[in-house]
Amino acid sequence: MSKPFFASESASSNDTATTTRRPRPRPRLAVFKFASCDGCQLSLLDCENELLAVAEAVEIAWFPEASSRLQPGPYDIALVEGSITTPHDAQRILEVRRSARIVVTIGACATAGGIQSLKNWADHEDYLRCVYARPEYISTLATSTPIADHIKVDYELRGCPISRHQLLDVVGALVKGQRPRLPSHSVCLDCKRKGTVCIEVAQGIPCLGPVTHSGCGAICPTYDRGCYGCFGPVSQSNCLSLTDRYLAMGTSTETLLPLLRNFNAAAPEFRDASNRIEAMTIRTETSSEARHE
Amino acid sequence: MLAEGLDTLIRALAEDGFQVVGPTIDQQAIVYGEIKATSDLPRGWTDLQEAGTYRLQRREDEAYFGYVVGSHSWKKYLFPPVTLVASADLGENGWRMQTPEPDPVKYAFLGVRACELAAIRIQDQVFLGGPFVDPTYEARRSRAFIVAVNCTQAAPTCFCTSMNTGPRCDSDFDLALTETSSGFLIEIGTDAGQVIAALLPVRPANSTEIDQAEIARQRAADQITRRLDTDGLRDLLMNNLRHPHWEEIAQRCLSCTNCTMVCPTCFCSSVSEVPDLTGEHVDRERHWDSCFNLDFSNMNGSPTRNSISSRYRQWMTHKLATWHDQFGSSGCVGCGRCITWCPVGIDLTREVVALRDTTGNDLSRLSDSNAESAEANR
Repeated sequence: MSKPFFASESASSNDTATTTRRPRPRPRLAVFKFASCDGCQLSLLDCENELLAVAEAVEIAWFPEASSRLQPGPYDIALVEGSITTPHDAQRILEVRRSARIVVTIGACATAGGIQSLKNWADHEDYLRCVYARPEYISTLATSTPIADHIKVDYELRGCPISRHQLLDVVGALVKGQRPRLPSHSVCLDCKRKGTVCIEVAQGIPCLGPVTHSGCGAICPTYDRGCYGCFGPVSQSNCLSLTDRYLAMGTSTETLLPLLRNFNAAAPEFRDASNRIEAMTIRTETSSEARHE
Repeated sequence: MLAEGLDTLIRALAEDGFQVVGPTIDQQAIVYGEIKATSDLPRGWTDLQEAGTYRLQRREDEAYFGYVVGSHSWKKYLFPPVTLVASADLGENGWRMQTPEPDPVKYAFLGVRACELAAIRIQDQVFLGGPFVDPTYEARRSRAFIVAVNCTQAAPTCFCTSMNTGPRCDSDFDLALTETSSGFLIEIGTDAGQVIAALLPVRPANSTEIDQAEIARQRAADQITRRLDTDGLRDLLMNNLRHPHWEEIAQRCLSCTNCTMVCPTCFCSSVSEVPDLTGEHVDRERHWDSCFNLDFSNMNGSPTRNSISSRYRQWMTHKLATWHDQFGSSGCVGCGRCITWCPVGIDLTREVVALRDTTGNDLSRLSDSNAESAEANR
């Protein structure tokens, strides 16, 4: 049985100072980064009005993006950003799991593999040769995978980036020992609650709202832009029916493919739907080439 | 009353303390919003509707109410999408609960269609008719002033004639208007309506004007082509809970909740506690929710209706069958919103036909073929 990775004596001595001021020790929060752009971590720092309240409610013990004062684990809550793309990270995430009581993955990278999962459709060795002068120094996996493929995850916060309101809500609930509210309905329900008229029905704009997980507050349709699924698929999403509808409406496969294959490309429902669209594209190209010849 | 009288009506209602809400153009649709003058109304515009499609279009005339219905219904005013039910604060002596006083807003609804009057009657039964009266709904409903406007055209999605809810506004309005090329014919429904009508530039209608209004109303009735055969419908649905057609619908249904959100009678909600970060203040909020939401039937850690087919079946059987048992009427008023605003154009009237047509045939054969296709899908 291995020792908890971050456990150390120094944590308790540091806790004493705060304990004299507060009768209850604050839960210890850690924020870890894997393959990601840091945008979701920044959402926590973007909570400008609430940041002091957060700092009161939890002890921010490990958050390299925000502070160079890093304290070892164990932690009560670990926020994990990013996907697993290297052998080293595949090991490191196991250590994070061992060090934290509750693991919350934040953002599309951590929950679905992120935009970097586009490499799952390509040969990553090709990318290495294109990008790096000395690719032999780079150790990388062939795929980008979500955290839940590697460890048990307690809660998932979707989005690219996550909603900071939802982050505050979840941290607030966990601090109080409550189960966080994480509504998992479609974006459509949010549009309707807001009074946003359906842009697909009224304007013919392809929108992934009906198959996309809530959490963003239905921002894009409110501004006459189709949802591009940055919160990933809703449970039991019927992407087949929706994409068939868009194809029947005359939406091109060139529009549908990138709509499904972006930040949540590797989420199984979007992945399967985009593979089907891609197969159609290839079939169309092949037949038009055949005609050409 | 001439068209200019409409402005007098809007002004009179506003001076009487009403917030006048009615049809206006927003987001490329006719929606219900605040109306300050007739210039806010969708004059000269109409809506083209079919399953899964809605488009605004210019009319050839300058009619104020020359459209059918949009995605919004009056339910957003009487049963708001989000309501603060209660709040609690942690003080020295423990938690203190507060129930907010209902918002004293007085709405005047301008342009309520016959199917929408029927929908309000149904929601009255839901929110006011049982042993527990909903205070938010009651406060808003009891203060509301209703100016109905008879339909003079119908959409291909309309089927109020099947549900006996329209197109003529018969009752439950304070005032009812019929728009004709020469102005508005007004009917007075209540004493409150009489008081407002006395402030308007009106005169008794002559027989030509009455005939004109009748012709205009009849035009809407004549345009209705869609039909829902309600004969024995309750038993048809309840006797076919295992019909393979539910699975067929589930191939198309997105379970996205749109039909229930636009339905003027759907009333489901969920209540959640929303704490602030200190944990010393909690709001209890009620939100519109839907039987199509997987979480909505979550009990003891797992959803009771764990498939799209079971959720669609729940919606349709409640709307068209068990609503009768629960509230003494159908839950459908035939407005056609669920057909127009379904992103994939699922049409409940056609699904009922499909269920009816295949019932009484050899159901075991259908079940077998369904099992075969399920096998093939795997």
